[in-house]
Formats: sequence, C-alpha cells, structure tokens
Amino acid sequence: MTADEGPASAADAVGDARSVSAQVSTTVPTGGTGDAPPAIELVGVAKEYMSRRGAVTAVETIDLRIAEGEFFSLLGPSGCGKTTTLRMIGGFEEPSRGQILLHGQDVTSVPPNKRDVNLVFQSYALFPHLDVAGNVAFGLKRKGVARGQVRRRVGEILDLVELGALADRRPRELSGGQQQRVALARALVNRPRALLLDEPLGALDLKLRQTMQIELKRIQREVGITFVYVTHDQSEALTMSDRIAVMNKGQIEQLASPRELYERPRTRFVAGFIGTSNVLRRSVRTVTTDGTGPIAILDAGADERVIVPVHSGLGGVVTGSVVELTVRPEKINMTAARPEGDVCVLRGRVTEVVYLGTNTTYTVFTAGGDEITVFWQNSADANDLAGRGDEVWLSWREDHSYALAPSGADPAAAEAPTEPVATAG
Amino acid sequence: MSAAPTPVPSSTSRPASASAASGAMPKGKARRPRGRLGEHLLRVYTWLILLWLVAPIISMIVFSFNDTHSKQNNNWQGFTLTWWKRIGAIPDLTTALENSLTIALLSTLIATVLGTMIGMAIGKHAFRGKGAVNLLLFANIAAPEVVLGASLLSLFITLGIPRGYLTILIAHAMFNIAYVAVVVSTRLASYDLSLEEAARDLGAGPFATFRLVTLPIIFPGVMSGALLAFSLSIDEYIMTQFNAGGTLTFPLWVFGATRVGVPPQVNVMATIIFMGGVLLAVLGATIGRGRRTRRPADDTAGAPA
Ligand SMILES: Nc1ncnc2c1ncn2[C@@H]1O[C@H](COP(=O)(O)OP(=O)(O)OP(=O)(O)O)[C@@H](O)[C@H]1O
Ligand SMILES: [Mg+2]
Repeated sequence: MTADEGPASAADAVGDARSVSAQVSTTVPTGGTGDAPPAIELVGVAKEYMSRRGAVTAVETIDLRIAEGEFFSLLGPSGCGKTTTLRMIGGFEEPSRGQILLHGQDVTSVPPNKRDVNLVFQSYALFPHLDVAGNVAFGLKRKGVARGQVRRRVGEILDLVELGALADRRPRELSGGQQQRVALARALVNRPRALLLDEPLGALDLKLRQTMQIELKRIQREVGITFVYVTHDQSEALTMSDRIAVMNKGQIEQLASPRELYERPRTRFVAGFIGTSNVLRRSVRTVTTDGTGPIAILDAGADERVIVPVHSGLGGVVTGSVVELTVRPEKINMTAARPEGDVCVLRGRVTEVVYLGTNTTYTVFTAGGDEITVFWQNSADANDLAGRGDEVWLSWREDHSYALAPSGADPAAAEAPTEPVATAG
Repeated sequence: MSAAPTPVPSSTSRPASASAASGAMPKGKARRPRGRLGEHLLRVYTWLILLWLVAPIISMIVFSFNDTHSKQNNNWQGFTLTWWKRIGAIPDLTTALENSLTIALLSTLIATVLGTMIGMAIGKHAFRGKGAVNLLLFANIAAPEVVLGASLLSLFITLGIPRGYLTILIAHAMFNIAYVAVVVSTRLASYDLSLEEAARDLGAGPFATFRLVTLPIIFPGVMSGALLAFSLSIDEYIMTQFNAGGTLTFPLWVFGATRVGVPPQVNVMATIIFMGGVLLAVLGATIGRGRRTRRPADDTAGAPA
C-alpha cells in the first residue's frame, strides 16, 4: 500500500523494530468506510479571530468527515475560510467552538508537533539553511529515527518525487515546481496519517500546475495517505478529488463527489462556482408526479416547456412558489425546429457565437428574458449550427434540470462518505 | 571602533553561494559590457579607498616593531621584536587590557542573549508597545554617550553602587543590547514565520524549533551583532570614564598615556586585538561556508527532542 514497501522492508525488521511498527500502523487496512473511525472529523467547528475591531468570523460552523485514504478537497473563493479550516486540522489555530478528531481521537487542543498529520504550506516554508535532504530528513530526526533509516527513507521519498539528483541543493537553488515537490516529500516522508495541502500549486504556472496535479494524484495513490487539499481552482479540485467540500462564507455549501457537484449542484453558489451553468428562476405552475417521482412544471411561454424534478433536498415546492433550476450548457440541444417529445423546450435568439476550437459557445436570449449558454461540440456534421440573430429552439431532458436549494450549509455534509473511497493500486 | 572591522559572516560567504546558484539556474543575466577606461578608474578608486581604510591599521602594526628608545613612538628607528617579547612589561597596562577584554566578552555575552531576545520579539511579533520598544532602542543608540554616561553615573551614585569593574560592565552591556537587538531584528525582516510552523508541524517542540530553525537562520545577524558589541565595548571611552571609578580599561590607560608618550606595547596589544577581530571574521566566513557544503545527514542535530 505504501510506496516504500520494497525489498528494504525485510532489513528493517532486523534493524529497527520501532520503524517497523510505525510502518505497520500506516499500512493497516481500514476496510474503507466500515466501522473504523474517519481519518478526520470536524464536529461543529467554528473559528473567530479577535481583531482590534472585534471578532472576525472565519469559519461559521463546519461538520465534516474525511475517510481514510481519501483525496478530499476544500474548494471555495478567497476568504471563505479554507486555510483557517486546514490550520485548525493541523493544530495551528484552535477552534473557537467544536471538536476536531483524528482517527476518533479528540485532538482539539493538541499542538501541531504532537499531531500525526503534516501540512504542506502554500509558501512551501522550506528551511533555507538546510539542503533538500536536510529538509526532508527534519521530521524523521525529530522522531528519533535511526540515521541509516533516515538516509534510506529520505532517498526513497526523493525518488518518489523525482528529486533524487538534487538532494544536496539549497531550496533557493530550485525551481518553483522542485521546491513544491521538496515540500511534499518533507511532509510525506513522515508517513503522516493525513497530509494537509494549502494551495500547494498556487505559485506555479498553468502548465506546471497541470503536470503537478497528475503527479500529486499519482503520489497519493501510491502512498495511500489521506489528502486534504485546499484550492480555489475548481478544475484542480475536480481533476484530483474523491470528494469536494465547496465552501462559502465559512460554511460548506455542498459536500459531494466531483460528478455529483457538477451534475447536481445543491445551491446557486455551487452551480456558479463549479463549471459554467445556466440558472433559470421561475414560479411553479403545478406539481405532479411522473414515472420517476414528483416533478414541478414551471412558468413558460407558448410552446415552451420547463420541468424540473423535485428532489428530496428541496422543501416547500408548491404551486406559486419560486424555483431556481440549473442546466449545464453541454446538456442543451439547439435546433431550428421545435423538437418533439417530453423534453424541456425554450425559444430564443442567438446573440453571440464564440468559436473555441473543439466546441462553439452560443449565447441565446430566450423569450422569457433569460440568457442561456450552450456548448456545442464541433464535429464533422455539426458546424455552423446557427449564426447571430437566428431564431432557435433550446431543449434538454427533464432530468437534466436540477432544482437549487437556497444558499447555506449543506445538511448532508456531516454524513459519512457515501462514495467508496478509491483504494491504492 | 577601529579594533574590529565588524564583519558580517554571511556577506563574506555570499559570493560563493551566489555563484553556486547561478550555476544551477538558466543563464538569464549576461555580464554587462563596461568601458575599459571606466573599469580602470573603478579599480584605482577602489584601491585608494581600501588604502585609506587600512593606512592607520598598517601604521599601528608597523610601529609595534619600531626600535624606539624615546618615550614617543612616532619616528621609525629600525625593526625589533622587543615590544612583542616584553608585551607584559607594564603591569598597569596589562591589567587594563585584561579588564577591557573580560568586560568586552561578558558584556557581549549579556547583550547578545538579551538583545537577540528583544530583536526576535520586535522582528517577529506584533504586540502592544512594540513602537515604544523600538523608540527606546533607537534613543539608546542615538543618545550622546556623554549623556548616557553622566546619567548612569548619577544613577549609580543615587543607588549607592561603588564605581568599578561591575559598573563598567553594566554600562557596556546596556548600550550593547540596543545594537544587537537592532541588528537581529533587521535580519528578521524577511523571515517567514511559517518556517517555524513548518518545524512545529514536523514534530519539533518550541525549543527545538528555535535551536534548529530560528537560530540558524538569524545566526549571521546574531554573530554580527555580537562582533559589533565586542568592538564597541573594547574601545569604549566616554561612558567608561564616567563609571570606572578607580578601575582602568585599555582605552582609559592609553588615553592617560598620550600626555607622556604611548609605549609600543600599546601598538602590540592593539595589533593583537585587531588580528583577533580579523581571525573571528575569517572564522565566521569559513563556518558559514562549511555549513553550506556539509553533508546533509549531519546538518541538523540528530538527537531526538
Ligand atoms: N489571523 C487572522 N486574523 C484576523 N482575521 C483573519 C486571520 N486569518 C484569516 N482571517 C480572516 O478570516 C477569513 C478566512 O480566511 P482564510 O485565510 O481561511 O481564507 P481562505 O479561504 O484560505 O482564502 P484564500 O483563498 O484567499 O487563501 C478571511 O476573511 C480573513 O480575512
Ligand atoms: Mg488560504
């Protein structure tokens, strides 16, 4: 399960009993989401900073469980409390309220040097007076690991992050990406039970960032350690995460898998933050039931049809109430004639056409006054679908309409992870 | 202030690291071409300045070998090692030098420990009264020594403390603290506090964090603060004069001797002090370079916390 279980393990068993037990503890199979306690659990955690002008609320209330081996992301705009949350898990800030548990143990007021998690700082915080190997060895030496052991494990981890050749360089003699990998190695070499990463790729350019995303995911898979990853970049979170907590104003707006977040954004905030999304605000004409469950038929013009399934996370959908629904731009069909069948249909006029290579983005102004974005894949037979000013019909499947809940904390966030956590290998 | 040239260990070793860095990085900066004449002028100018700086020192060293027989030691009479052999021939002078050296060492020690602590406080943390502390430090440095010396004297008299070795030590430590604090806090201006958090994160307790991260990083600052303190103390005259009582220090003795003629032993001693300063500077630089190239495994102390 861990990357450094190699032929050397046998030698350990003879040489250093202590490190073997450490190794065993990180490789014990946790049985996924069975009855083992979650790797990280936050119960009603809140944080207020005291400043001259009174208390600043950084984290409102957060309940959350992160499973062993999970790649978990905290995603949200600047100032929403991601760093604060991560620092509370790491022990650098004490919560104003609530509890933090690591593997079922309450660590709320345990100092960082006594917590079995490691943090990768946004600024990397590499020790300038030590070379790469010295930086990476720091944690092991603090733990009193034997010299030979330290050397071997440092060598292994540097190979894992592909920095073996630069072991005696100083941090300032490294590129940004290399520094980032040293920071990663320095944390990973301790085999923490969870690794906390605060926007670790923030300082890198786009290309390097994309390479490092894949790299990080590979490393996480190889070592099988729980990663808690803070980012404000939604595509980064979608690429790497098993689950994502979308944060807004110190709360978790939604906690779900990337696919779930994208296809069923719980609130308007999530819909807007993850990808591009169309939001329609209409009042309910009637609520009925079709084959799959309750549906709401919403106000629309002549020949138009807007229907949204009423899901359980929604309350108070009755005739006359207002519903916000979202539909993703790539789910929408655009035709010159009105399509037949049980689909949602809107009429509109194309106001903008942007050609983007693999696809074209159309902006359509509907008869009801909404602006709708449509992505159209550019295939051999689908070019020049419509031009500016053309009258078009937009249509999508009813189940691609998704009704949004009002903004606020996700009540489902505290539940145990439902997705089976990806296992190593 | 001529005793030691207050060297900064890191600055001496910087060219080495800079060239190492440039070897590793893509070659961005090409050397800028400069006119041949300009280059020559710069060279001449540089040597002139250097000469100006070292001329008094050279003269001091040369005259420690002067085979003089008069009381005045300012005409070259020929080479001799007599004064070097008979360095301790004037007991009062020897005692004065001993006083100066021990006071300089002790006051440097006290000032370095306390000044480093103050420097870290103002360099790393924001706290109520930080501005006041800063002001106090600068007032201490800026205040004329006559004022400090006189007021310290009246304080000692009021408190009934007899003037002597102890009061000189107190006076020296007092004015040295401010210098060390300022040098250390300047060194911390670009210090990233998350380095300490990283150390904590990697299992180091507060003391281990200081020993393994904070201190090594501020060490050049602490060293230059200490060297500055030592050199300020060893030739301090004004405040010492106020608070010395019957005790003599090297500068006090020399100053007293100027009326009757400064014996060549003074040159010998001054030369030794100067050489000591140079040695310290060179040592500092080599240690600095040694840390850079030492094997990684030995870089942090391996003992568990
Ligand atoms: N030490 C502090 N003292 C006072 N307020 C703070 C402190 N640290 C953070 N805050 C405030 O708490 C809120 C959350 O900050 P936090 O650093 O957690 O945001 P973030 O989500 O990490 O943002 P970013 O993406 O910009 O890093 C912000 O409004 C910030 O101004
Ligand atoms: Mg942040």
